[in-house]
Amino acid sequence: MAASRTDTLTIETPEGIVFSLQLAGPLTRFLAWCVDMACIAAITGGLNTVLSVLGVINRDIAMAAVALAYFIVSVGYGMATEWFWRGQTVGKRLLRLRVADAQGLRLQFSQIAIRNLMRFVDSLPAFYLVGGLACLLSAKAQRLGDLAGNTIVVWIPRISQPDLKQLLKDSPNSFTAYPQLCARLRHRVLPREANLALQALLRRDELADDARVKLFSEMAGYFRTMVAFPQEADDSISDEQYVRNVADILFSSKDGRL
Amino acid sequence: MIINLNQFISAEKPYWDELETVLEQIEKKPEQGMSLEHLKRFHYLYQRAAADLAKIMTFSAEPHIRQYLELIVSRAYGEIYESRDVSSAWSPLKWFWQTFPQTFRTHINQFWLALITMLIGCLLGGLLVAIDPSTKEFLLPFSHLHDDPSQRVAKEESSSKDRLAGAKANFSSYLMTHNTRVSIFTLALGITYGVGTLIMLFYNGVILGAVFWDYIAAGETSFLFGWLLPHGAVEIPAILVAGQAGLVLAGALIGWGGRPLTFRMRFRAISDHLVTLIAGGAIMLIWAGIIESFFSQYHEPVIPYAVKIAFGITEILLLTWFFARAGRLSPDGHATQATH
Repeated sequence: MAASRTDTLTIETPEGIVFSLQLAGPLTRFLAWCVDMACIAAITGGLNTVLSVLGVINRDIAMAAVALAYFIVSVGYGMATEWFWRGQTVGKRLLRLRVADAQGLRLQFSQIAIRNLMRFVDSLPAFYLVGGLACLLSAKAQRLGDLAGNTIVVWIPRISQPDLKQLLKDSPNSFTAYPQLCARLRHRVLPREANLALQALLRRDELADDARVKLFSEMAGYFRTMVAFPQEADDSISDEQYVRNVADILFSSKDGRL
Repeated sequence: MIINLNQFISAEKPYWDELETVLEQIEKKPEQGMSLEHLKRFHYLYQRAAADLAKIMTFSAEPHIRQYLELIVSRAYGEIYESRDVSSAWSPLKWFWQTFPQTFRTHINQFWLALITMLIGCLLGGLLVAIDPSTKEFLLPFSHLHDDPSQRVAKEESSSKDRLAGAKANFSSYLMTHNTRVSIFTLALGITYGVGTLIMLFYNGVILGAVFWDYIAAGETSFLFGWLLPHGAVEIPAILVAGQAGLVLAGALIGWGGRPLTFRMRFRAISDHLVTLIAGGAIMLIWAGIIESFFSQYHEPVIPYAVKIAFGITEILLLTWFFARAGRLSPDGHATQATH
């Protein structure tokens, strides 16, 4: 086990490929648990109403059925949902969390069962204090149930492909008339700088007007220091269009390479 | 150097989609096997996605594509490198008659340790009540056990009405759920390096010992065995099985067993066993709950003590046979129960 606390689990495959899973923090997990508690309360409340109808026939059997249903739902909810939804409960789905094997392998039913049974200790003395503390102290944010079940809880990012059509919109790229300068730009710009430009363009609508103007002004200024395009190509365009042209050259040019 | 992202996605996306489709199929029906051709294709798609991931990490920091590829590569990795068996079809009967007793025997040492701990508690509980009968008020959690045993027996035997009438099913469900909770807790306390599990077993032993001595000293031995044996013959072993599971968990934590396995490997090796033991114990507690509510609470003259004791002894014998013999392999390699 790693000695220091981390927010990602990095796994290296035998092929030498490294991928990382983002670990969920105690607060997000607690919020997911609150949602699940609400679900359990709703399910047991519903079952209570339905099974109470049995009371018309036999009050004893109705009460027994309600007690058994409550026990089964409270103990089995996590196991059933995590098994059928591959590591997710309603709360985890809402907060985009998933239970995963600690080594990145396929999650087994026994692992799910153990991590849920261990809630009896993790929830002590109240509000998952033991589990929360274990989660805070553990290198992989594992509560005791995760430790015994050999599981982790990961955060699943919202996956979407970048809309590259956003880059150019309808404006022509005045820089493409200077292929040598474009090549120099591609050579000088680092991947993380290119990504910054791309992300700024993709998220432009999320920014306030002032912030957007300031951001693109700073970015354009930075890119101008790397390659100076002739005045006629630069003069008539805004800072945002300048960054748009740069990103277009970096990501979409036909002679770009894989 | 920046890669041409559009070209890259267009070229590779069909392979990622195909890999996702294969993964969906595998995850939906893990027990369904794959032909060699499909397996080769799956492996190829995994390697291609992994190579794409390596490429995108080297040449571009575009986070969405990287996260997406990490997700599908991690899912495929989990399927390809998982070496644990996926049972083709889970059979409840096979599990109960073979897997459960076999698992019990695999960890028999932990069962003996659980039994010895409970017996020591029993001896201490009996000894404390023998030395000072007033201690039973502190030791026994149920108020009806604080009374004089002879008075209780006289009251129960002279009662003409069924005090559980109209509440047997509810009482039975209470017993089942309460005892199963205690069992799960006993198992879960194994995470305290077994200390919590041993304390639970010891404490249950103390209660049993105190009750035993209290009734035996009062000359109510027949009532005691007639009352406790029918359900206790299954309930107490079920708690011991839960204790056994807790000690198996503690063993994995500590690293008992001699084999040089890592912490994770030890937990991985016992996870199925823990679930089997606790689920088996829960089934035993369902039986015990029914018997305690519908049978154990009726005394002479309704049911003769000899009948109740004989019933309890029969249960003990059957349970002993079950744990000792069920699921053993015959010389031809078949489980003895499977042939029945």
